[in-house]
Amino acid sequence: MERVLRTYEEINEKIRSGKVVVVTAEEVIDLVAEKGVEKVAQEVDVVTTGTFGTMCSSGAFLNIGHTKPRMKIHEAYLNGVMAYVGLAAVDLYIGVTQPAKDDPLNKVHPGEFKYGGGHVIQDLVAGKDVLLEAYAYGTDCYPRKHLVTWINLRDLNEAYLFNPRNAYQNYNVAVNLSSKTIYTYLGVLLPNLGNAGYSSAGQLSPLLNDPYYKTIGVGTRIFLGGGVGYVAWQGTQHNPGVERTERGVPKGGAGTIAVIGDLKGMSPHWLWGMSIRGYGCSLAVGLGIPIPILTEEILYYCSVRDEEILAPVVDYSHAYPYGTGEILGYVSYAELRSGKIRLGGKEVPTSSQSSYARAREVALILKSWIQEGKFTLTQPAFPLPGVESGVRFRNLVERPASVNSELVGR
Amino acid sequence: MNATKKVVLRFPSDIADRPLVCELALQFGLRFNILRASISPHREGIMVMEVIGKEKEEIEAGLQYLRQEGIGVESLSQDIRMVEARCVHCGACVGVCPTEALFMEKPSYLVRYDESKCIACEMCILACPTHAMEAVI
Repeated sequence: MERVLRTYEEINEKIRSGKVVVVTAEEVIDLVAEKGVEKVAQEVDVVTTGTFGTMCSSGAFLNIGHTKPRMKIHEAYLNGVMAYVGLAAVDLYIGVTQPAKDDPLNKVHPGEFKYGGGHVIQDLVAGKDVLLEAYAYGTDCYPRKHLVTWINLRDLNEAYLFNPRNAYQNYNVAVNLSSKTIYTYLGVLLPNLGNAGYSSAGQLSPLLNDPYYKTIGVGTRIFLGGGVGYVAWQGTQHNPGVERTERGVPKGGAGTIAVIGDLKGMSPHWLWGMSIRGYGCSLAVGLGIPIPILTEEILYYCSVRDEEILAPVVDYSHAYPYGTGEILGYVSYAELRSGKIRLGGKEVPTSSQSSYARAREVALILKSWIQEGKFTLTQPAFPLPGVESGVRFRNLVERPASVNSELVGR
Repeated sequence: MNATKKVVLRFPSDIADRPLVCELALQFGLRFNILRASISPHREGIMVMEVIGKEKEEIEAGLQYLRQEGIGVESLSQDIRMVEARCVHCGACVGVCPTEALFMEKPSYLVRYDESKCIACEMCILACPTHAMEAVI
């Protein structure tokens, strides 16, 4: 058992007394290079991480309050974007990838996807009025059938972000081996290896600084969308068993987290509606997690550098869409962030989909919150499934069904 | 000192097969660098080029000649604009920009735009997820 340097309680006591030592996951790299892991682990109490990028599996629950007469909403739109209402009477869930009802989608390819659920959430946190249009079939206890009204975040009973999958621990690098331009969630990809799209804050990214989930677990308090949130659960597609490098860094998309937080404390600067050409709408989320330096080992993991984090290069014109699993090679985030990678003897320019500048800003804000005593750390109530858990991400095994007469979709 | 100007030339279908652009060099002593072109005989054509001369007046004289021959000449400057307030500095535009007019400044990792290098190919408009790049018509 490794020697415990400090406990959560001791760190929080130092936060309250203003004596806590906090550095970002970027700053800790130089510190460790200069002084070594042992010494820095003695000095530093908390390392802050950050990321800001498109996170499609996101959305918000809203409770709009009851109307008079009451209404059990059966169908609803927020600024023309459909919200999910298969919940209690006036509870809604607005998902970030839902495009506006009248969006032409990809009918004229590549579609623009100008406005969707992510934009609705950004407008709500910006304090803008949002148009709610709702329909119901009417019941004895909920007779109202129609509602058109402006709503505003400040008037909602509850409004909380609940993102089923955020902060992916590493991700693919997308390229295009075909002879025509393709439009993906990792950006516009030019033909014949014309460019490469990637999306991770690398050395600043939360789960890449705690690769074995030693401190990040259910209940961890985090920076979310400019406000405070919590890790609610492992994220969907959490896949801790991915092959790892010698220092434990997964060589591809691995761990994920589901997060929750009060939308009323968040900011449109950190929840940004995205329009991804030819792909769809989404939301860029600012998310940061503090890592308590409980042991030397935890600090060692926090000192990971972009050079040591490898990402798989995948052809998004064929291997990804058809799920062949083929990997063209691995590149480091240091290479990706240099602006060019080498693939098959060719120099390929890189396009990042997540903002390193914003990731750095998240880590710095979280650092200042902790230093100012505004943010204390929580001990997880329950750990995320680790490498040993056997939890793995599986593809669907289809079992074809011949029930055409009973199908209800289009 | 050299003077330069980026222009968009529009060739009506009836003159698209005539050797007119070369006259910039032959008659006016101008150099030019073709940045983008789409011209086929008997069809409307478009060409984006940078014209380089000793004096601004020389360039204007050359462009005036092209106008007289029936070519539409428009200035390219200010064609693509970056709306800073909408940029989240992701860098989605950087890898698709053919001239490095859009680049990642280091160590800030902020996306910067050098208008003088822009050839108005509009790839950034396709790539930008926040509508921060727009064409000024």
